[in-house]
Amino acid sequence: MKNNEFSKEHLLYIKKIKRNNAFIVISRFLILIFIIGIWEFLARINAIDTFISSSPSRIIKTIKKLFIEDRLTYHISITLYETIVGFLLSSFFGYIIALLLWLSKKLRLILEPYIVVLNSLPKIALGPIIIVWFGSGSKSIIFMAVLVGIIVAIITMLNGFLATEKEKILLLESMGANNFQIMTKLVIPGSVPTLISMLKINVGMAWIGSIMGEYLVSKAGLGYLIVYGGQVFKLDLVMASTIVLCILAGAMYAIVSLLEKIIVKYKN
Amino acid sequence: MNKLLELKNISLSYQTIDNEIKAIDNLSFSCNDGDFISIIGPSGCGKTTILSIIAGLIKPTNGSIIIDGKENNDKKEDLGYMLQKDQLFSWRTIEKNIYLPLEIKKTLTQKNKDYAKSLLKKYGLYNFRKNYPEQLSGGMRQRVALIRTLVSNPKLLLLDEPFSALDYQTRLSVTDDVYKIIKAEKKTAVLVTHDISEAISMSDIIVVLTERPAKVKRIFYPNLLGDSPLKKRESKNFGLWFEKIWKELN
Repeated sequence: MKNNEFSKEHLLYIKKIKRNNAFIVISRFLILIFIIGIWEFLARINAIDTFISSSPSRIIKTIKKLFIEDRLTYHISITLYETIVGFLLSSFFGYIIALLLWLSKKLRLILEPYIVVLNSLPKIALGPIIIVWFGSGSKSIIFMAVLVGIIVAIITMLNGFLATEKEKILLLESMGANNFQIMTKLVIPGSVPTLISMLKINVGMAWIGSIMGEYLVSKAGLGYLIVYGGQVFKLDLVMASTIVLCILAGAMYAIVSLLEKIIVKYKN
Repeated sequence: MNKLLELKNISLSYQTIDNEIKAIDNLSFSCNDGDFISIIGPSGCGKTTILSIIAGLIKPTNGSIIIDGKENNDKKEDLGYMLQKDQLFSWRTIEKNIYLPLEIKKTLTQKNKDYAKSLLKKYGLYNFRKNYPEQLSGGMRQRVALIRTLVSNPKLLLLDEPFSALDYQTRLSVTDDVYKIIKAEKKTAVLVTHDISEAISMSDIIVVLTERPAKVKRIFYPNLLGDSPLKKRESKNFGLWFEKIWKELN
């Protein structure tokens, strides 16, 4: 940095921005530490019942124990597998279906009421049907994750495709482009920002689907641990699993964000 | 000279559920190879629709369009279309943007690429070929949009108010720029505009339309001195022509 090239005001300005950013990051950590601290403190002085509320130290102990018994990685891998497969399938098929709907206005109009109903239907209502059809294994849970994600993926992508500028379509038509060319040269590359936001939404949807699926029917996974912990009143297990889940969901979102940054960088 | 573009008794009606709207009524005009023709008329009279009909994107209810001796009824004719905004694709470099018509027509040969590059060189954009549209000024982008219409070497250019999105200063210089390029490339151009001075400063022929349904009200042939729009604006007859067309429009 050649600081001497900048004016005093500019340096002051930069300093102010840096200080603001630091303040935000520090505040975030302080909130976390504060909550954990209060929680642990109240638990230690027996102001709250750890049997019901657990405590940070007990959660850490539980996670350690689960990890040593090798159950944690097993349950994590099951849930991750279901979530990632559900995420990929629902994103992929949602994208393809949205493209087909963009290509055919007639198909779009015909299917509109079905999409509206499927969108407003609470997917968990289909749980029993899914269990009967797909059994009590991972298949059912993946199907649930796909079901939760795919409608949102279709609607988000379709709106993105339909937002393509009419003038740009006219321009391509004047060059003699057919529908397929308009799709590949304009609609698909033009909707990359929509694709990224769809993926971001769908990460959340996939987690909802897989955990919901595990609540309904499962023999393993983090959702299973949470439900099991609840049933046998082991709040340590419930809390520990929930925290692991938080970390995983955050990590998966971060990966998609990273993907976005790479795409933006590649573009420029 | 041979007629490059001829509109013969063009009529167009829109169908809506309630009724039938007549948009264009028995419209005929023509121009020679190399002419610059402007279509001017009250807003909403269907000027843009006429361009779409010439481009073969909308089929007229009646009448025919003849481009270079051939009837244009299924957008077979090669022509360049320039719109209000530059409509450059932000995810493509300048170079890739001007290749677009070649890609669509599946004629992206080395020879055509070289021709496209030669156009970029000729009009001072070669150094920007690896840049993205957002890195260029509005005037430069409009020049890129014009070059994009030229790469497939069409005989006819259709310009749909291509300068209206620019600020006044840029507009005058870009108009001058575009006019010179069109003349240098010996293209025939049809310009749709609502700006009387712009029409006078650029055109050999001005077609004034009536309100909807659009009919030809009058055709003017302003033969102003000067080899560019800016020069023509300085011509002393400019004001007279402006008055004539102004009166015709109101």
